[in-house]
Amino acid sequence: MRFLSILFFFLVGFFGYAQVTITGVISDENGLPLTDAHVHIANKTTSTDANGTYVLSGIPKGKQKLYISFIGYYAIEETIEISADLTINRQLKLDVTKLDDITIQQLSNSKSESSNEQVLKSATIEKFSNQTLGEALKEVSGVSILKTGNTIVKPVINGLHSNRVPIINNNVRLEDQQWGTEHAPNFDINAAGKITVIKGASALQYGGDAIGGIVVIEPEVIKKDTLVGKTILNLSSNGMGGSLSSSLQKGNRYGWSWNALGTFKYLGDRETPDYVLSNSGNREQNFSGGIRFAKEKYNFNAMYSFYNAQIGIIKASHIGNVNDLYNSINNQQPSVIEPFTYSIDAPKQEVQHHLAKVNYQRWLNENTSIDFQYAFQFNNRLEFDVRRNDENTNKAALDLQLATHTFLADYKTNIGNWRLKSGLNLGYQNNFANPKTGVRPLIPSYEKLDAGLYGIAVYKFDNATSLESGIRYDFSTIEATKYYLKSRWTERGYDAEFSHFIVGEEGNQWLTKPTFDYHNITANIGFRKQFHHEMEWLVNMSLASRNPNPSELFSDGLHHSTGQIELGDLRLEKEQAYKFNTTFKKDWKSFQVQLNPFINRISNFIYLQPIGFETTIRGAFPVWEFKQTEALLTGFDVNTKWSISNHFSHELGMAYVNGQNLSTNEYLIDMPPFVINNKIQYKNESWFNFVSELKSEVVFRQNQFPNYNFETNIVVDDELTPVLVDISSPPKGYHLLHLYSEMTFKINKKNSLTTSFSVQNIMNTTYRDYLNRQRFFVDEMGRNVQIQLKFNY
Amino acid sequence: MKNLKLIALLVIPVIFSTSCSNDDAPVNEEEVITTVRVTLVGGGQTIVLESRDLDGDGPNAPVLTPVGGGILVAGTTYTGSTEFLNELEDPAEDITVEVEEEGADHQVFYQLPSSIGTVTYTDTDTNGKPIGLNFTLVAGTSGSTGTLTVTLRHDLNKSAAGVASGDITNAGGSTDAAVNFSVAVN
Repeated sequence: MRFLSILFFFLVGFFGYAQVTITGVISDENGLPLTDAHVHIANKTTSTDANGTYVLSGIPKGKQKLYISFIGYYAIEETIEISADLTINRQLKLDVTKLDDITIQQLSNSKSESSNEQVLKSATIEKFSNQTLGEALKEVSGVSILKTGNTIVKPVINGLHSNRVPIINNNVRLEDQQWGTEHAPNFDINAAGKITVIKGASALQYGGDAIGGIVVIEPEVIKKDTLVGKTILNLSSNGMGGSLSSSLQKGNRYGWSWNALGTFKYLGDRETPDYVLSNSGNREQNFSGGIRFAKEKYNFNAMYSFYNAQIGIIKASHIGNVNDLYNSINNQQPSVIEPFTYSIDAPKQEVQHHLAKVNYQRWLNENTSIDFQYAFQFNNRLEFDVRRNDENTNKAALDLQLATHTFLADYKTNIGNWRLKSGLNLGYQNNFANPKTGVRPLIPSYEKLDAGLYGIAVYKFDNATSLESGIRYDFSTIEATKYYLKSRWTERGYDAEFSHFIVGEEGNQWLTKPTFDYHNITANIGFRKQFHHEMEWLVNMSLASRNPNPSELFSDGLHHSTGQIELGDLRLEKEQAYKFNTTFKKDWKSFQVQLNPFINRISNFIYLQPIGFETTIRGAFPVWEFKQTEALLTGFDVNTKWSISNHFSHELGMAYVNGQNLSTNEYLIDMPPFVINNKIQYKNESWFNFVSELKSEVVFRQNQFPNYNFETNIVVDDELTPVLVDISSPPKGYHLLHLYSEMTFKINKKNSLTTSFSVQNIMNTTYRDYLNRQRFFVDEMGRNVQIQLKFNY
Repeated sequence: MKNLKLIALLVIPVIFSTSCSNDDAPVNEEEVITTVRVTLVGGGQTIVLESRDLDGDGPNAPVLTPVGGGILVAGTTYTGSTEFLNELEDPAEDITVEVEEEGADHQVFYQLPSSIGTVTYTDTDTNGKPIGLNFTLVAGTSGSTGTLTVTLRHDLNKSAAGVASGDITNAGGSTDAAVNFSVAVN
């Protein structure tokens, strides 16, 4: 041992003899320091600190290669003669062609240091211009989708969704009645420049309730004085329609800049291989625009966006009672098939989402900034149902108006090896359930106040090792105004426990004002280590808390869009999740692997479970109750990338989740099945940047499911007969093939046209998906041929 | 300039604070059917079968009268009629009128074992198709027991096979009421 250390010091000394130290400052065109720029001299690498400075020691003398890069800027590559210690300062020039990369760098220190982030860039997002946010997110392994039909798509991260997966759009938490499984994010995919998926609650600045994960959407920001336009036209065969999205952006590093985007979508009935999915058309008319004023020390942003969608709900999925449900499950054939049409009838959804925000950021010094933001969101959800009285057909059966105000203040600073972030948020939310619908709403009117405080510290031991820790406190209070049927109030057993909530009486109903306060502490700790040989290890542990949402607390009757009676429970407690998440990344020259196993132990996990059925004058309806249990979710995501040759490459993605209900020793319901995706790509830049991809999507049957089947009496051959309603058995596994190909034609230096041709479900396979809530009624969509034209100008 | 921005920041929330009229009015539930009443007249007697559910989608099951079910006399021909009411309104709303007026979009179905009886429609809508509010029931064989299921559908396909003769299988549409009455034949 002693010998070894002598040898070690000897060797270091020997090599040290011929070695020098190089220092310098890397800045941008305006002389402002660039933090985290990559500096590579000889075989040594480092990154610049907050002042843009770097130090590289142990550089051998002689002719050496120098390489400096920073995302969004042109890299510098030169050869230098080194004979003694040296100072090398360089200024990097902005590269406007790497627009979305700029956003990455600009915000790279605003998310989580130690948890696995996966990013979708604009090139990927644009492929989904005609589709939804959920479908684009499915490109990330470990993200699956929960669908209602074809157009209502919610992301599921490691088996969890809705309120457990907050969506942060433009630094504003989307408040769009996200509790509903048939409520898709109210967001135009075309407004996203970059989407980041964080699998876990480690990004504490966005909230402490992300038990599943967070989706962070950022717009494209151009920081050069230029005017850039983009128009995307999509046409698809299935649905016989398409979309047109056009954006203009005036970029500027300092001074005024602005952007505007408009999207128009129009599609008719979709088709399965065998029949038309009647009433599955949808429309969208979206707009967003913003202005920005920036100086060296501060910038000011204001933006507004409007999302407006009309979505048809497949007619065959409208069920009257349990007989209809039984017949649908057993017939495997929809009860309504009509000829193709563009028109949308009831049942349908009409949703509007307004978002307006102002943001002011100021640099107190080179290392410290403060940020203030106010955002207002207004969400109006109208659901139209098949009504008994034809006069009411144009009257919504559900009309919820949700207004949300949020104020944020954030402080960021770098001190030596420390990076500190802290902030506070205040929120006020008001939901108004319009009583003029003539239908008792499941979600009551309510008022909610939120206040939160967080602090995050990152310590960088060196460029390869960092430790992150954060803590957050949230206070929330909610007061609802709700009429309960007296019979329901008693059946729920609220008489003794919650009589103090009763403030009035109206016929056979109690007027109640249930009020709840929540205090939550959230924390996380994480570690990142970069080894030699391009290997990286990340580990993160987090504690997250989520309060029960209004549907879990207050639901008390027939959910018309699902044909089931859903019962909330005022006794529900907050969910608490302990998630352990680790990522291994290894990068060989032509092969990259990323492995991401996780364990998520959730206390008081809230889920919907069938508990039997209730008989009404319309027949029997299955009753689903919100329950709490101890849950354990484990699983892994795997990604590999293989550059086979200059032209060919291969990608693999796999995701597995196991959900255990520990209290009942059953599996958890609605867990995504095992998925394997393989993609083979051919690329040839000399043929107008030709790219062609063939993707295989294998989804196994979900064999891990709880048995919630129930018996009921229905009329068979004019006799009332007991039958088993099989609502539990998942559909068969399936294999789909998809094709995508594109070519880019340069018209001149600034203008280009990209044409793409794609086919989804090439083999026109008939299948049903376990995570589609309409799987009892209809098959999934068949083949879809799409053409996309994209002009950049 | 700086102050102006600050003021803008403070003013904007006020502009957006759209105050919703949070009146605590209860929902006036429309389109509710609380009561299905089947009246059978024949053999010198009147039999009334009733299902009444005053809490709608609430937990209480409909109350069926007479308790123990209706009792028919074997071989008797009954003149039947069915009524639908909303008894939450005062006075009770007679939905039967509406079903009759929009007869082309509605139909009442009767499902029962042939040993209990057979039902034949006696009314028609504007297209000459049955509505099913009026019918005749010929009671079956003595000693039988079973269930009479009465279903009101709307927006159904009245031209589908078997629908005009009372077979619900291909009817489609949506169910407004579905009740089961126990029936015995003496």
